[in-house]
Amino acid sequence: MRYMLLMCGNEEADGPADHAEDEEPCWMPWAREMQARGVLLVEGSQLQPTSTATTVRNSGSEILVADGPFAETKEQILGYDVIECADLDEAIYAASRHPVALNGGVVEVRPVLASV
Amino acid sequence: MTDAQAAVAEAFQQEWGKVVATLIRMTGDWDLAEECAQDAFTTALTRWASDGVPDRPGAWLTTTARNRALDRLRRSKTEAAKLQEVAVLSGPEEPAPWGDSGVIDDRLRLMFTCCHPALTLEARVALTLRTLAGLTTAEIARAFLVPEATMAKRLTRAKHKIRDAGIPYRVPPAHLLPERTTGVLGVLYLLFNEGYSASAGDDLLRPDLSAEAIRLGRLLAQLMPDEPEVAGLLALMLLQDARSGARLDDAGELVSLEDQERSEWDAARIAEGIRLLEAALRRQRAGPYQLQAAIAACHAEAATAADTDWTQIALLYGELRRIVPSAVIELNRAVAVAMADGPEAGLALVDELAASSQLTGYYLLPATRADLLRRMDRKPEAAASYREALELAPTEPERRYLARRLAEVSS
Repeated sequence: MRYMLLMCGNEEADGPADHAEDEEPCWMPWAREMQARGVLLVEGSQLQPTSTATTVRNSGSEILVADGPFAETKEQILGYDVIECADLDEAIYAASRHPVALNGGVVEVRPVLASV
Repeated sequence: MTDAQAAVAEAFQQEWGKVVATLIRMTGDWDLAEECAQDAFTTALTRWASDGVPDRPGAWLTTTARNRALDRLRRSKTEAAKLQEVAVLSGPEEPAPWGDSGVIDDRLRLMFTCCHPALTLEARVALTLRTLAGLTTAEIARAFLVPEATMAKRLTRAKHKIRDAGIPYRVPPAHLLPERTTGVLGVLYLLFNEGYSASAGDDLLRPDLSAEAIRLGRLLAQLMPDEPEVAGLLALMLLQDARSGARLDDAGELVSLEDQERSEWDAARIAEGIRLLEAALRRQRAGPYQLQAAIAACHAEAATAADTDWTQIALLYGELRRIVPSAVIELNRAVAVAMADGPEAGLALVDELAASSQLTGYYLLPATRADLLRRMDRKPEAAASYREALELAPTEPERRYLARRLAEVSS
């Protein structure tokens, strides 16, 4: 099954930690652990902060563009990963080991429709 | 009831969960499994009447349900159905190995899947009752006082989530097993309590749910014989249920433990509960259910209320609170301490709890305080606490009990 992990947290408090160029990013040990378990990392990335977000609607007659994220909330989507694994238990494990979850954030696990 | 009808009713009790669980493993389709199981039992009503009851009713029902599923899948022309058909044909009687020997009972897979933490607690309870116990949607709706349509929606939503989110149909691997087993036990105990002390409404007892919980508890204890907490929960339910006949008087009024007619307690259930508990405790892995069962056993073994070993009960509550920190457990410990060392000692603990405001809104806090004050003959204060408890009590019999006590201390 394919799942999208949406990493959610407060971007001011939990945003990406800067790391020196010669240091590995904080998610590398997670990626190694997942690969060792046979969880396939299809793709994923951190996202730029919501201050860079643009919201687009199409009313039919015009395209409405606004600055900012889809919803103003206390927590924001900080990044995402698409993984391929056996079942929800594996996906829950992957989410529980992610640095965002370990640092007080929340990970939403969503099955990808096309993989069902 | 004819012999065939009686045999089908008996088989329904014994075999429903097993037939559904096996069909789910074969087809991966929960709705199809339930419908085909239902068909098999309906067919049994006519066939058993004409041909006689088969030697192995369970095997007959599973085969009939499986054939029905195959028919349905053959008639449906979709690719998915063809794949399911292959799965049903290739792996019917092929259960996976369990540990070194033996097989995993499909009902155990079903139980763990129904109680998966990715489902809401309400959904876990409803799904367990529907698929394992075979209650109808209407019966479950009635038991939980919600409209049937609401319950039907809840069940459908849960089954879709299992399918679409990829909740596995299996007994969890060793590293997840302790936590998931606790989850299953939690669902069964909630079910038992829902039957034992209804959380809302006019009837204090809804015995059907308690009976189902005990039946499922027996099944789980049989399927997981090495888990002392499973036996602990079964023992706890049996020991509590043994008192159910004495909890209400002829007029339907609540009778407190100390005033209950002990000869009305079910001696066979008590003996079975104590036997199970002693075997579990010998494994030296005490947990919350074994400790609660041990407390229930202290009550069950006392010939009269005055013979109760309250010192032992207070110690057991202390141990329980150490494992599961909870204000409700501390309140129970306070009651035991009051019985062992006098109401003053208990009242001090109750007042500490009240000051911590952890139990604000919980009627047993003022009710306990009121009982202790009554024993100390501090009537006006007792009356004030009874009034406070009356405001908060959830069911009619509980309110009537408190009103009677209030009248006593007011006279």
